[in-house]
Amino acid sequence: MNDDLISLTIDGRAVKSAPGLSLLLCAREHGIQLPTLCYHDDLKPEGQCRLCLVEIGTAPRTRLVNSCTYPVEPGLNVQTASERVLAARRLVLELLLARCPKAKIIQELAAELGVYESRFRTDNPDELCILCGLCVRTCREVVGVSAISMANRTPNKQVSTPFLEDSEACIGCGSCVFVCPTGVIDYAEKDGIRTVWGRDFELQPCRICGAYIAPKYQLAHWAKITGDPVESFFVCRDCR
Amino acid sequence: MPKFTSVAQLEEYRREMQARRDPQQQQVLVCGGAACLALGSEEVAASFREELAGQGLAGRVILKGSGCQGLCAKGPRVLLRPQEITYQRVRPEDAGEVIGETLVRGRVLERLAYQDPNGGAIRAYTSKIPFYQGQFPLVTRRLSLIDPESLDDYLAQGGYDSLSRVLSEMSPEAVMEAVERSGLRGRGGAGFPTGRKWRACRESDGEARHLICNGSEGDPGAFLDRALMEGDPHAILEGMAIGAFAIGAAQGHIYVGHGYPLAVQRLKAAAAQARESGLLGPRILGTDFSFEVKVHRGAGVYVCGEETALLEFIEGKIGEPRNRPPYPPQKGLWGQPTVINNVETWANIPVIIAKGPEWYAALGPEKSKGTKVFSLAGDVKQTGLVEVPMGIPLRRVIFELGGGLKGDRDFKAVQTSGPGGGVLPAQFLDMSVDFESFEAAGGNLGSGSMIVCDEHTCMVDLAKYFLTFSFEESCGKCTPCREGTRQMLAILEDITAGRGQEEQLGLLEELGAAMMSASICGLGQSAPNPVLTTLKYFRPEYETHIRDKKCPALVCRPLLKYTVDPETCTGCLACVRECPVGAVVGEYQEVQEIDQELCAKCGMCYEVCKFEAIKVES
Repeated sequence: MNDDLISLTIDGRAVKSAPGLSLLLCAREHGIQLPTLCYHDDLKPEGQCRLCLVEIGTAPRTRLVNSCTYPVEPGLNVQTASERVLAARRLVLELLLARCPKAKIIQELAAELGVYESRFRTDNPDELCILCGLCVRTCREVVGVSAISMANRTPNKQVSTPFLEDSEACIGCGSCVFVCPTGVIDYAEKDGIRTVWGRDFELQPCRICGAYIAPKYQLAHWAKITGDPVESFFVCRDCR
Repeated sequence: MPKFTSVAQLEEYRREMQARRDPQQQQVLVCGGAACLALGSEEVAASFREELAGQGLAGRVILKGSGCQGLCAKGPRVLLRPQEITYQRVRPEDAGEVIGETLVRGRVLERLAYQDPNGGAIRAYTSKIPFYQGQFPLVTRRLSLIDPESLDDYLAQGGYDSLSRVLSEMSPEAVMEAVERSGLRGRGGAGFPTGRKWRACRESDGEARHLICNGSEGDPGAFLDRALMEGDPHAILEGMAIGAFAIGAAQGHIYVGHGYPLAVQRLKAAAAQARESGLLGPRILGTDFSFEVKVHRGAGVYVCGEETALLEFIEGKIGEPRNRPPYPPQKGLWGQPTVINNVETWANIPVIIAKGPEWYAALGPEKSKGTKVFSLAGDVKQTGLVEVPMGIPLRRVIFELGGGLKGDRDFKAVQTSGPGGGVLPAQFLDMSVDFESFEAAGGNLGSGSMIVCDEHTCMVDLAKYFLTFSFEESCGKCTPCREGTRQMLAILEDITAGRGQEEQLGLLEELGAAMMSASICGLGQSAPNPVLTTLKYFRPEYETHIRDKKCPALVCRPLLKYTVDPETCTGCLACVRECPVGAVVGEYQEVQEIDQELCAKCGMCYEVCKFEAIKVES
């Protein structure tokens, strides 16, 4: 069994790892925490934010890779906090801080690396979306409806429903709101109506206590994927 | 044309056709390259057709539309064979005279012949023109000779000979070894050894293997892949079929940039012809080898030329790059081993088989073999398509083939490989054209665009131009590229507007280094190149913009100052009428004055003044 393990070096320590594991998870298993923004345990890693960068190889032939997508390799030499790694990570945070100066999570991550202000220009001081894509991937991979996606390229890149119109695919579940690290997605609930992505969703009250459970569309989606009658979801968790 | 069911049948057909074709047959080849088409070569061809009929020569002279004939600056071009006389700037009304004088009476029309931009000598024969003399055409050799829509023309020039040889005489391993021994490296930008890529793909596990031809070619100033796809589409199909045989792939894909509809049309037509003739599809030439090709037209997104974004595109997803590993030869299209090579690379494959890997490897310096096609553009006298052997001095490309700089101005820099390439100053003119030399200088041999800049080019403005391109085309997936291009551009905008700070130069370098090492794909990794190389070689120019608020090349408008020369001003009021902000003031027939506070620096006064009385300085 032990023969299947892969031996590599992380920050000078010889470690063993199961094959196929990412460098990020391997480092975590050995007590080394790396900052991440776009990584989530329940989602496929996409390597977008570039905060989890590590340096691999031996001098002078080393390079930076993002640890969330790079798999463990036999004999690999990994540095998670080299000068080069820290410089790149600080700069990435400085760029994000310029984009979203009010995003708390960015302020905190930056402060951990000694970055308190950005030398770069801020276009919109109220911007909160860091374009990490967690919402899009959650909607696609966990909820399974792909109601939102990334639209446009760099100058106008944004998360949106198709053509910025009400999404027919959206079930109003609010998973995107839940997973968003900066709280940028508008969401409201009032008088049995939930509003998200500009669309109103009627909420289903519990047959027993009357408390709202979830949008009717969401329950219909559950019924579809489970094959159970939709009425079987009309009782809230507390009353079951 | 028959459907060939054996190599012997193809060769028999070729022999018979070549025997039928008279080498002394009079041909008129009208260039159908992109530049000549834009200049009206279709009308020229129509006029030749009419005149040939009118002069009773319709059956005796063959009229054809060819691919790019190279000297694009002087189109529309017409090549007369077998004399090898090339005419330029041919208008429809010239057709009658060309036929009557040159074809019938054998006289050269000097007014349509090439004139040496240095010295003015008239040269009608291609073999006497330095632009052509200095070239070594391998992959472009058929462009001016064949009708791109004729399979017979391709076969007559030895086309599909390499494929038939591979299928009848070689094993996949032998083909692989030949490509490895040839030393061929990818012509798309990164210069990865082609044979090594192929082997990695063949040795990867997968239910199926795929081949992709990358014909995205989105770099500003690049038009070589376009010329190959439009002018010699069968060569690309043949190269891919040979590659498929070596790798064990059954399906190929050609991705063509959105802006090249003619290339899409020609490649599709060529594929259909090849399929009908048994040169593509199931059981090629009666062997057990089957290979199919599908042509895809892009949607106008530059980053889809990045190989993994291209894979996403073909799979029907948003064209954004993937993280590597896995690399495409391990897991590419649909998760299966995939080889992606660029158009020029594929076009080199039949050449390597035909000439032999040793012959090919004898061309060029140690690590850069074969030839390189460049689209020569910018401030040179002769823009166009050139193919030169690797190792040729850069100076020869620019001054011999390009004929030097327009207006005999001073050479300032050459920019290669588009927005991801470097800007190299005059000290590199004697550098050898090869992968290593360019890389050592901070440039990139890359995709083959070569833009020559004269003394009137502002290096900060040039860097800003390319950064604007990268910013607008960055897919925005990763932070360093998305936010980095935005901030880099903002700093360049500051500097060119006179708002720059000295410490921003260090910040540009710091940001550039981070983008290069932390971005997902080649776009973000190379986007800082124009900035970093201009900073390295032209730093004083940046400093002048910042410290003195001056643009020495007189390009950056906010830093210019327009004044009226009282000695030459006639008071004609032309500038007063044109000035959109009313900054030029003065009475009729008196010396005008420009209100510097009001002046928007648009340059209209400078443009309209007939007496050169408006002076611009920085």
